[in-house]
Amino acid sequence: MAEAAVAIPGLWRAAGRRLRAQRAAPLAALGLAVLVGLALLGPALSPHRYDGLDWQHLAQPPGSLAAHWLGTDRLGRDLYVRALHGLRLSLLVSALASAVSLVIGIAYGAIAGFAGGRTDGLMMRGVDVLYSLPYLFIVIILTSLMPRGSLAVLLLALGAVGWLTSARIVRGQTLALKRREFIEAARALGVRPLTILVRHVIPNLLGPVIVYATLTVPQMILFESFLSFLGLGVQEPRASLGSLVALGAQEMSSAPWMLLVPATLLVLLLLCLNVLGDGLRDALDPREC
Amino acid sequence: MLSYILRRLAGLLPTLIIIVTVSFLILRLAPGGPFDQEQTLSPAVRANLERLYGLDRPLAVQYLGYLRALAHGDFGPSLRSRDFSVGELIRQGVPVSATLGLSALALALLCGIPAGIGAALWRGRAADWLVSASSALGLALPSFVVGPLLVLIFALTLHWLPAGGWEGGSLRYLLLPAVTLALPVAAALARLTRASLLESLRAPYVRSARARGLGSARVLLRHALPPALLPVVSYLGPAVAFVITGSLVVETVFGLPGTGRYLVQGAIDRDYPLVMGMIVVYAVLTLLLNFLADLAYGWLDPGVRHG
Repeated sequence: MAEAAVAIPGLWRAAGRRLRAQRAAPLAALGLAVLVGLALLGPALSPHRYDGLDWQHLAQPPGSLAAHWLGTDRLGRDLYVRALHGLRLSLLVSALASAVSLVIGIAYGAIAGFAGGRTDGLMMRGVDVLYSLPYLFIVIILTSLMPRGSLAVLLLALGAVGWLTSARIVRGQTLALKRREFIEAARALGVRPLTILVRHVIPNLLGPVIVYATLTVPQMILFESFLSFLGLGVQEPRASLGSLVALGAQEMSSAPWMLLVPATLLVLLLLCLNVLGDGLRDALDPREC
Repeated sequence: MLSYILRRLAGLLPTLIIIVTVSFLILRLAPGGPFDQEQTLSPAVRANLERLYGLDRPLAVQYLGYLRALAHGDFGPSLRSRDFSVGELIRQGVPVSATLGLSALALALLCGIPAGIGAALWRGRAADWLVSASSALGLALPSFVVGPLLVLIFALTLHWLPAGGWEGGSLRYLLLPAVTLALPVAAALARLTRASLLESLRAPYVRSARARGLGSARVLLRHALPPALLPVVSYLGPAVAFVITGSLVVETVFGLPGTGRYLVQGAIDRDYPLVMGMIVVYAVLTLLLNFLADLAYGWLDPGVRHG
């Protein structure tokens, strides 16, 4: 860890300065903070529950009622609460799924790169084969085969496909790190390979991996909402942004706000995450500026 | 060159077999079976049905039998749509999916690359800002949001175009689905073209071409653009994979009679031959198109061919 502790602050401070100097990225960070705050605190501001039915007010447009700020759906459920509840669920699932895929990717890539030789060749060949699959298909098949609505299955399916790219990035970085002096020194001192891997290689991988993670989260949100859109993800009466869009698409001829509210939230969220991710990448990789 | 092509094609076969094997195992090891939903089935009828489709035999025998049939181009019967074989179902859906996918890809190339070139040439001006902003938006808009929004605007509000359906793939019906599918690909292409053209415009050989007094159009077309298109070509493989999986969404949104719906419904119904057939078709398509993209790359950059 010592090397990392010495090397990283300068790098991070410079990256932070470059990030703040950009125009779009700070704005995206602000937008993301607002969205996360809304997801966490927003539902509590309204007296309604995400599955509460209001039979007096079915399918009311936004602004028509003081009680339901963004209107209601066909069952009289409050759209403001449901949309923010969906936002919370989408954020939670995608953050966890990204974490799952990063852990698998780091372990797999670091072991392949560090072992080298035939082990490396075989492990990365496996990744190539999985890459050539239309990965969304595997997710669809996995989730449609497993019991519906289980968050664990959803996380597993999303994590199972997300780790491929991070494994590749981590392997490449490991190969480069392996030739550095401090690794050689550790080896010369007789440190066991596993210890070198955990104590010296992985901490030094974190920079590029963090950048990659910010680009993974929007992808996971996209996958999750897509699966929920197909009816394979989050199940009623719970809501995710994807399932709300699906429901809204069915009702859009008579109640277009049911589509517009969750769609706006989803697009804003993805836009903020993408712009922030790009900004981070540019900031950490000064070559591109 | 021919031997290189043949060698690469032969290399695709083991990959395909691995894909088939893995999907076969995932599909069969999952709980449930194709005849679960029909509660009225007596055990005897069920046993007969399973014997008819060979589902009572050991898994290894079934697997080898499937591979043998597949080698002869036989995808087997569909367990749910009893009157159709999987081959027939796929043949009905493929023209729709292929028309949609190819027109979306063409649309994306025709819009994305020129937009990227324009943005790079007018860097920092309004055109650049417009292209960058709209490609960021295009990448952030998922197809299943764009599709319904387009329908809401152009079909339900303006009544210019139909909201869904296929009708033999006439342009009116094709337009909205193709635009929906093309949008993210066009956005990615524009962004990629812009970045790589900016880089090659700064390269020494472009500066020296300018210094030799060549006109700006000639510098762009002969010197700056060809190397800048290399990353764009190598993106075509992933783009094709994206279009293939994306067509699944778009077909669902617009209710098109393509192959996409077979995959989801087939997996839910445990229609093993149907899902396997879909996986084989999509895997072959993805592998072949990736291979073509690789070939195009080698053709543009001869250094790669022998590397």
